[in-house]
Amino acid sequence: MSYLEYQAKYIPSGFRKLLHLNWAIVILLSAVAATGFLMLYSVAGGSMDPWVRPQVARFGLGMALMLGIALVPIWFWRNMAALAYIFAIILLILVEFIGVTRGGSQRWLDIGFMVLQPSEVMKISLVMLLAAYYDWLPINKTSHLLWVLAPVALTLIPVYLVLSQPDLGTALLLLLGGGTVMFLAGVHWAYFASVIAAGVGAIVAVIRSQGTSWQILKDYQYDRINTFLDPTANPLAEGYHITQAKIALGSGGWTGRGFMQGTQSRLNFLPEKHTDFIFTTLAEEFGFVGAFTLLVLYTLIVLFTVTSALQNKDRFASLVTLGIAMTFFLYFAVNMSMVMGLAPVVGVPLPLVSYGGSAMLVLLAGFGLVQSAHVHRPH
Amino acid sequence: MKRAPKDTAASARKINRRALVLGAAQVGIVGALGLRMRSMQIEQADQYRLLADENRINIHLLPPPRGLIFDTNGIPLGSNEQNYRIVMVREDAGNVEDVLARLSRLVPLTPEAIEKALEELSRSAFVPVTIADRLTWEDVARVAVNAPALPGVIAEVGLSRSYPMKEDMAHVVGYVGPVSDYDLGRIDDNDPLLRIPRFQIGKTGVENKMERSLRGSAGSRRIEVNAVGRVMRELDRQEGEAGANLQLSVDARLQNYLQVRLNGESASAVVIDLDNGDLRAIGSAPTFDPNKFVRGISVADWRGLNEDKYLPLSAKAVQGAYPPGSTFKMVTALAALENGDIDPEETVSCRGHLDVSDVRFHCWKRGGHGNINLHESLKQSCDVYYYDLGQRVGIDKIAEMARKLGIGVKHDVPLSAVSSGLAPDKAWKAEVRGEEWRIGDSVNASIGQGYVLASPLQLAIMTARIATGRSVTPRLVRAIDGVEQPSGAGEPLGVNENYLRRVRQAMYAVSNHNRGTAFSTRIVEDDLRMAGKTGTSQVRRIAAAERAAGVTRNEDLPWERRDHALFVSFAPFDNPKYAVAVVVEHGGGGSVAAAPIARDIMLQALYDGTPPLSAYPSGDQARIAEQQNRLELREIVAPPSSDRA
Repeated sequence: MSYLEYQAKYIPSGFRKLLHLNWAIVILLSAVAATGFLMLYSVAGGSMDPWVRPQVARFGLGMALMLGIALVPIWFWRNMAALAYIFAIILLILVEFIGVTRGGSQRWLDIGFMVLQPSEVMKISLVMLLAAYYDWLPINKTSHLLWVLAPVALTLIPVYLVLSQPDLGTALLLLLGGGTVMFLAGVHWAYFASVIAAGVGAIVAVIRSQGTSWQILKDYQYDRINTFLDPTANPLAEGYHITQAKIALGSGGWTGRGFMQGTQSRLNFLPEKHTDFIFTTLAEEFGFVGAFTLLVLYTLIVLFTVTSALQNKDRFASLVTLGIAMTFFLYFAVNMSMVMGLAPVVGVPLPLVSYGGSAMLVLLAGFGLVQSAHVHRPH
Repeated sequence: MKRAPKDTAASARKINRRALVLGAAQVGIVGALGLRMRSMQIEQADQYRLLADENRINIHLLPPPRGLIFDTNGIPLGSNEQNYRIVMVREDAGNVEDVLARLSRLVPLTPEAIEKALEELSRSAFVPVTIADRLTWEDVARVAVNAPALPGVIAEVGLSRSYPMKEDMAHVVGYVGPVSDYDLGRIDDNDPLLRIPRFQIGKTGVENKMERSLRGSAGSRRIEVNAVGRVMRELDRQEGEAGANLQLSVDARLQNYLQVRLNGESASAVVIDLDNGDLRAIGSAPTFDPNKFVRGISVADWRGLNEDKYLPLSAKAVQGAYPPGSTFKMVTALAALENGDIDPEETVSCRGHLDVSDVRFHCWKRGGHGNINLHESLKQSCDVYYYDLGQRVGIDKIAEMARKLGIGVKHDVPLSAVSSGLAPDKAWKAEVRGEEWRIGDSVNASIGQGYVLASPLQLAIMTARIATGRSVTPRLVRAIDGVEQPSGAGEPLGVNENYLRRVRQAMYAVSNHNRGTAFSTRIVEDDLRMAGKTGTSQVRRIAAAERAAGVTRNEDLPWERRDHALFVSFAPFDNPKYAVAVVVEHGGGGSVAAAPIARDIMLQALYDGTPPLSAYPSGDQARIAEQQNRLELREIVAPPSSDRA
């Protein structure tokens, strides 16, 4: 593949590439991560341990990874797409056999210095693969049935593997991520309409199957769905998490109860307060001002990423950038909806804020691709 | 693969179009999230803040100290004693069994108590559990010294009710006990204090009747707890209001004398102050130690009290309703005089009996008193005179006078089960018995027999009213938190003073004339002369056959069928200060069984302590000296006046 293929007028080289990074995104990502450090410090009761220190280390690692990826030309990453996908599939299969089980789910691989969640890796790999696929596919074949079924299959394989862990949240995110790339690539509307119709049918089937011999989801997943539909029905058991989360969020008011003054989080009424429910602590301690500011930061990240993609004439680059923007958007939108009672609790972390290594590293690697596409864009 | 530039441009346009569609959807979702934040954090913030506070704040009630009860001189009758108990917190204790085993070597702990403690400890790691209660200071000191070997063990101080006068005040002050479901169902009171487990409320006597004043109001302590209920800190504390202190009219020393003097009898006595209606002493025998009830009375003690035929639990001075017998004759006399049915000097012939419509009513003196006037009839307690009077004046006038003098009226004293006695009239009999009033009923009522019933308190009030001419009303609570309660001096009775004087003079003769029925129990100190009236009331009908056979000697009868002995009195005659009523159940003759007790109590009250022997008739002094030595009075020291309630 030749450099001239892109008919680039000007591509920076060497470390001069650093000057051409999308620094707005870097700064916004750092601001969000810093918010995360602050909240982890708070939920630890004013301590760097046990969460802030490892989180900072991972963020440093993730930023290095992002810069490393950014410096490598985007077409190299296009060529790596299939490999990344196969690598992620292997990891997902390994999880089936030697995965670490926590809370009834087998989702993690112990790789020594950290515990990796391969399904997170898959989110980026899938976006890469499908972007590369549509880059390769002649545009006039985009909506042919055969060429539509191929990416569907490529999406459903990891979705199936993740569902069997089981991890409904990540599976849904994968499905949405894959679907986003297909949608952006220009697959005909009718396909999406029929998938949505089938999806509604599937939801009905899932709900109908509860309690029967062909029950599709696990009991705890049904509990979560039922809890979402009516959290007050069982406030001390399944509904407890969401009820307490809403109390914490609502009691923040305009400006919150003050840093490290949130009673819901300090007195342990909040569940998972350092991971999936960390947003509630933020909302409790910094109020509407804090919560809305974070929402604005996230939105700006997506906005800058999408803008970068729209300026990019390269098909792979813009598809992968938009896919990652959508993945990132889905993370925070689903997490916030979930803790605010707008969506069922599906176990999606708040990106760059929740404690956890895999999501942070994978997202920053994804933004490495975004930066690479930005730096190496043809004008 | 190389693509045509047109192709690339078309592709980019398509992507951008679709990206804008997605972007619009994203903007919509972000908008929804922002609106949701606004709605929860701004519009519903107060509601969620309330829920958050409900989550974390527990309100604990702080029981206020119960009001103290003092006697008229400031001597404590009901007080709050420090009570030591030992509590244990599991998570601080480490090995709970070990610590309990060590603890059981220091303080008395039964195996059952240990088992119960272990069970309660297993419920929560950090809620303190009471292991032992009502420990002595020595026990607590031993635990404190060994504190390093007893992790998680804490000695606490609480308050528990104590009655320093023990048996003396049982029927007046009463006692407290834990709130029972029965109490909750019976009393209309939504005081949250009553929901505290084992909260103590008054069960009988003043403790019960003055509960609202004594209890005070609850304080509260708001504490912050975490999700599993561990107490994190105290947020604030609002002290409750201590219960009001009560000063009773009762004089603890006189009361002690009264109780000791009644000891051995089933009897009761009342001393009332004629100036203000203060009940200086009001006691019943036998009695009991109320402290036992506070601590939780043993089954054996409870059975003993319940099965005693002398009814120690009954406050007979107010609960008892007895036929007043001859002490009622003043009522009949005054009713007749007031209605002009007899002249004081008019005589009635007593031949030992009177036949009224074919029924023969006997005088206590078989031979009769001959021609007898009002004065002599009271002095010698002639029955026939009153049989005649009763028929002349009619029952309704007698009942009216009885009520005017306080019999058949429920007096407002804060004591349990106060009896209203009975001043029967025609309407009462028609209503309650469904029978017509017969002349024989009037004859019986005229000498305080038949349907007439009076409590010792009512007899004392009757005597007080005769002595003063005012409608003296009893006062038991002199002051609440230092605020003096209305005096019971009363308004003039509206009974002709000349008639009252006649009756008083006759009562004086009862005690001071050598043919008076209570002459032998007179007071010889001239300034303190006593006026009185004896009464001997039958609790059975004497059948004609019995009378014929001569089995009328009281001593020959079983205790339950013997006569009640009564005596009412006031003194000093010239300037009346106290009225005393004594009823000895089944004691026999009033002059023998009741009058000596009344005289001794009266002297004790008049001298405010042990009277000199010179107040007694010379023939009795040796016996009285011996009696004074025998009676074991309680050592009661009045506190300096500044300590008074």
